[in-house]
Amino acid sequence: MSKVLMKGNEAIARAAMKAGLDCFFGYPITPQNEVPEYLSKLMLDEGKVFVQAESEVSAINMVYGAAGAGKRVMTSSSSVGIALKQEGISYLCGAELPCVIGSVMRGGPGLGSIQPSQGDYYQATRGGGNGDYNVVVLAPESVQETVDLMKEAFDIADQYRNPVMVLADGLIGQMMEAVDLDRPVKERKLPPKTWASTGTRNHEGRNIINSLFLQAQDLEAHNLRLQAKYKEITKNEVQFEMINMENPDYVIVAYGTTARICRSAIQSLAENGVNVGMIRPITLWPYPKKAFDLIPKTTKGILVAEMSHGQMLDDVLISNKGRFPVAFYGRSGGMVPEPEEIVEAILTFDERVVD
Amino acid sequence: MARKGRVSFDDEICKGCELCTHVCPVHILSLDKNRSNKKGYHLISVSDMDKCIGCANCAIICPDSVIKVEVLGT
Amino acid sequence: MIKYERSAGLTTNATHYCPGCTHGILHKIVAEVLDELNVLDKTIGIASVGCSVLSYDYFNCDMQQAAHGRACALATGVKRSLPDSVVFTYQGDGDLASIGIAETLHAANRGENFTVIYANNTTYGMTGGQMAPTTLIGQKTTTSQDGRVLAQHGNPIKMAEILAQIDGTAYVERVMLTDVGNIRKTKRAIKKAFTYQLEGRGFTLIEVLSTCPVNWRMDPFAAMERVKEEMVPVFPLGVFKDVMKDD
Repeated sequence: MSKVLMKGNEAIARAAMKAGLDCFFGYPITPQNEVPEYLSKLMLDEGKVFVQAESEVSAINMVYGAAGAGKRVMTSSSSVGIALKQEGISYLCGAELPCVIGSVMRGGPGLGSIQPSQGDYYQATRGGGNGDYNVVVLAPESVQETVDLMKEAFDIADQYRNPVMVLADGLIGQMMEAVDLDRPVKERKLPPKTWASTGTRNHEGRNIINSLFLQAQDLEAHNLRLQAKYKEITKNEVQFEMINMENPDYVIVAYGTTARICRSAIQSLAENGVNVGMIRPITLWPYPKKAFDLIPKTTKGILVAEMSHGQMLDDVLISNKGRFPVAFYGRSGGMVPEPEEIVEAILTFDERVVD
Repeated sequence: MARKGRVSFDDEICKGCELCTHVCPVHILSLDKNRSNKKGYHLISVSDMDKCIGCANCAIICPDSVIKVEVLGT
Repeated sequence: MIKYERSAGLTTNATHYCPGCTHGILHKIVAEVLDELNVLDKTIGIASVGCSVLSYDYFNCDMQQAAHGRACALATGVKRSLPDSVVFTYQGDGDLASIGIAETLHAANRGENFTVIYANNTTYGMTGGQMAPTTLIGQKTTTSQDGRVLAQHGNPIKMAEILAQIDGTAYVERVMLTDVGNIRKTKRAIKKAFTYQLEGRGFTLIEVLSTCPVNWRMDPFAAMERVKEEMVPVFPLGVFKDVMKDD
């Protein structure tokens, strides 16, 4: 299939359809509006389900209903809207429902701004919903990777019966790049959805979609099952990229748009005789902790670069286990750093080391 | 004697929307494509101030409070 | 003698609204009423999320910025804690009738003593023209590209009629801003709503049929015509509830 020039948000919509999306439920919010806009036409043209819900809260609950009915379902939103979905996400995890949640990050907190940011890392990986749960979080850095990860997201969701979030930012959502919508992704054997509430005439017994376990022993047993699942996901699904890791002086850790920018910074630094490598997490949960064990002893330090005030920083500090000094550089509010700022941050590493 | 009025425009905040031109009962307002403000909006020109009756229709419909209306000689 | 000039109820900030957008006219009227009632210094306005998100820069009084749909909840919090103040919300159709419908209905049901200025232009303007709860059947928007369809989307929602049925509502009127006569009528309606608030009569709401020239793809004057010809048949003008007249 040849490549087409496409905007990130449109690519999210079309990739989902390539993955066999049955239902989309969403709500307008900048900077992801093109996702529901394209799907409002494409889905209805194919006789599939599209509803612009009355709010993001309603949309995530529509996702719960359709996912419970065994369908491939998706919602998308940004920051403020994802905040509204937290209760629903906890329910989806508790009820073990597969779905894909597109999150196109903008500046925060609160109403914030409409420009790109990475201030929702905590929201995505720690979640604001109640209880012990995890959402698989995939972080693309380009429109092509967004397409690939969107398609994988539906398969991962079905394989493990869990929500999967594709975490982009406003820049990826709005920029246009060449994409191959038909590039194949990893083939997986997916179990049939015999658990879905489709009517007792369609399966053995009664299927109940539920996250309520009133007896504490029962809820603990359920939680232990969920934890076993998360262990399995952690064992199988970690994705990351290592760039230029032969004896680097410093290692940058960055994801998404920031990683893209750091690639340019690394090139600049190389031209000036400073050898810098990068670990680019692609799954933010499960986090590629083991990648940090591969950092050579000769490395002077790790620079974490984010469009936030240090959220992935926590996971780096955990993964680092005190081996190397860790420094931080961040922008917020919707500001996107220039490569020169990352270069400067490396050159002033010692001033930026965190305690 | 008919009431006499005078209108003045705060040109820098006008957006050239032309709503005022439609409601002027004596048809003395029109968009002037030869003039524009710093934001690039075309401005409103008054063809004959003597005809203004100070009804304030223009000012009432203006979304941006561009127009001040004075009634003369009262 | 000055017959008409910028109201003291507005700040001197130039607005970001599109040329010919009725938000400007509506802001002016609310500002004039608050100034004429001499209550500006005890007024707290609640800005919502939509094109009017920056209205806190335009009304010359204290303001709070609400999350999308939650203005009536904020207004409840403000008015209950400062009962001698004058409180209003300024909301669009997406904010009030979609995500905020629960907050709106329950504030009305509790008879909260504040005034809602509800600008209905059948569109999500700020985010680029998506379908709204009040979009008309057949109306094309970016999320109803073949037009709103009854079977798929339901009918446009009529908030004035719904709220009129709730006991806690004191005054509900629907008006429009299409010409000077109707602008004057709208001002009278808004003045009545705020007067009822000052008299402690309960929840007041004025639904103002508004335009969105850019997303409707029309010039401002043609947009006014659309209100008269297409919107009024679906959203009739008039008083839907008046506690002083309903006995």
